[in-house]
Amino acid sequence: MAAPPVRQRLPHSRLYPLLHPLHALLLAFPIALFSSALASDITYLNSAEIQWTNFSQWLLAGGCLMGGFALLWALVLVARTGATPEERAVRTRAVVYLLLLAVMWIAGLVNSFQHSRDGWSSVETTGLVLSIISTLAALAAGWVGYSSLRAERAYLAEGEGL
Amino acid sequence: MNRCPSLLMGVAGCLALLLSACADPGEVTNQTGPEPQLPKVNETLLPPMKIAKPAGWGNALPLVPEGFTITALATELKIPRQILVLPNGDILVAEGSGGNAPKLRPKDVIAGYIKALGKTDVEGGDRITLLRDADGDGQAEVKTTFIDGLDAPYGLAFVDGSLYVANQDALLRFPYTEGATRLTDGEEVTKLPSEVNHHWTKALTASADGTKLYVGIGSNSNVGERGLDIEEERAVIWEVDRETGARRTLVRGIRNPTALAIEPGTGQLWAVVNERDELGPDLVPDYLTSVRDGAFYGWPYSYWGQNIDPRVRPQKPELVKTAIAPDYALGSHVAALGLTFVTGETLPAEYRQGAFVGQHGSWNRETLSGYKVVWVPFLNGRPSGPPQDFVTGFITGNDRARGRPVGVTFDAARGRLLIADDLSNTVWHVAPTGAMTGSGTPANTPQ
Repeated sequence: MAAPPVRQRLPHSRLYPLLHPLHALLLAFPIALFSSALASDITYLNSAEIQWTNFSQWLLAGGCLMGGFALLWALVLVARTGATPEERAVRTRAVVYLLLLAVMWIAGLVNSFQHSRDGWSSVETTGLVLSIISTLAALAAGWVGYSSLRAERAYLAEGEGL
Repeated sequence: MNRCPSLLMGVAGCLALLLSACADPGEVTNQTGPEPQLPKVNETLLPPMKIAKPAGWGNALPLVPEGFTITALATELKIPRQILVLPNGDILVAEGSGGNAPKLRPKDVIAGYIKALGKTDVEGGDRITLLRDADGDGQAEVKTTFIDGLDAPYGLAFVDGSLYVANQDALLRFPYTEGATRLTDGEEVTKLPSEVNHHWTKALTASADGTKLYVGIGSNSNVGERGLDIEEERAVIWEVDRETGARRTLVRGIRNPTALAIEPGTGQLWAVVNERDELGPDLVPDYLTSVRDGAFYGWPYSYWGQNIDPRVRPQKPELVKTAIAPDYALGSHVAALGLTFVTGETLPAEYRQGAFVGQHGSWNRETLSGYKVVWVPFLNGRPSGPPQDFVTGFITGNDRARGRPVGVTFDAARGRLLIADDLSNTVWHVAPTGAMTGSGTPANTPQ
């Protein structure tokens, strides 16, 4: 099947995934776990049933563990991009992704300590706000991380700049 | 490339700042007596923790006031907790460690590990050991297993020819004949609440007339964080009829009554009670209190009377209005686990009326508290002054623990104070120096 003419002029053009598949799998955990923690926090605040804050604590711990690996990988990603023009174009997006993960993870870690308090003090307003921050940051990181880059346009821009 | 380290360091720096910003050294000056200072609630992201790691005694001994001599009555026990002296002078030591609380949260796993750093690695004996010091030199010549196959025994009482033992799940009675060195055939007087057993120790004493037994039953959580369903008949003291086993709940909301004793002048029941953690280094004071029939002492909804604990929901303001303050604060986090009253005139004049309190020592504050035995002077059946250090030296200069006092028992007939130490697995013997019938020199020190 013949490619469209524009692509023939750009030998390196392709859809460029930001994340390695294993990295993408790692990212799936904090997205699911932090958003579940938010749901169980809300349920605890509405019911005062202690099991919901216990759930939250394990969900946050899991989110921090798996999210921590994703965060480390994101650091490597940012550090290693920039070797080729194609990668330099990826860099901005990778940095945004890293910052979102960092926000998610730091809020998640502080929230884990918050949640280690006993009873009502494990959540309150602070715990809820931190859960919202981690959830939103995780969702945004997923949006950025799972989007494919249009490498050929980036390459074009680099070429025109030369 | 060098952006990674700086970012990591930034993260670490932020965290350190966040955690340390909340740390409070906690130096409230007056935390003992009838009206302790109570600072504001100070919950932190990470509770202040300082674990005194074990250090052996070497050639050292605990320190006692001038005029007293301390010796190691027996060593190499298996977590000695409470002590009873039989009429013939034989000494019984309950040994063991109980509790079967499941780890419900990541915190339970981590805190369990950290607190274990300050405990002995010996496994609890689940037995009662008999010690006999017939020559009165402060060293036991006989050390033998008196009752075995028990389940975390703690409270002991002797009434009318029967020995009562409070296992972590049941109150047992053993018929005793004078001079016996081994007992079997215990029978169950009543079951005791044992589900979860977060606070597993079941303190025990007999009423002045011997007809009733009092059992201290601790709460199943710090402050209800395992749910309030499992707090039924927890944080209470039971009055058990010695003959029938029938019981009624004497007081409620008394978080962890770890030792019970009868004040000899009045016949009144007193208790030492461990209060809640993680509200700050100077909250909440552990206390010594007379046990007032029908009283509610606040747990978990309030502390020291009607100070609301913000961690418990739903709150119960109408119940809190009925909460009474205890009689006498011992200081926050001292972990009072032993109580014994002095009778008779075998001790010097300043130790004729009052109580000794064994303090196991803190984990939930930066500056260690407890780790000693104090003397609380009494007058007319009430505390009459600040607590005074009586046995110290359990902590080394660099905050390591040589021992941790638990049960204290005064033997009025022989003028000796016995102290269980569950870190060095020793029973200490303190007596006025002149009264020692033996050599009077320090005994072998424990390993």
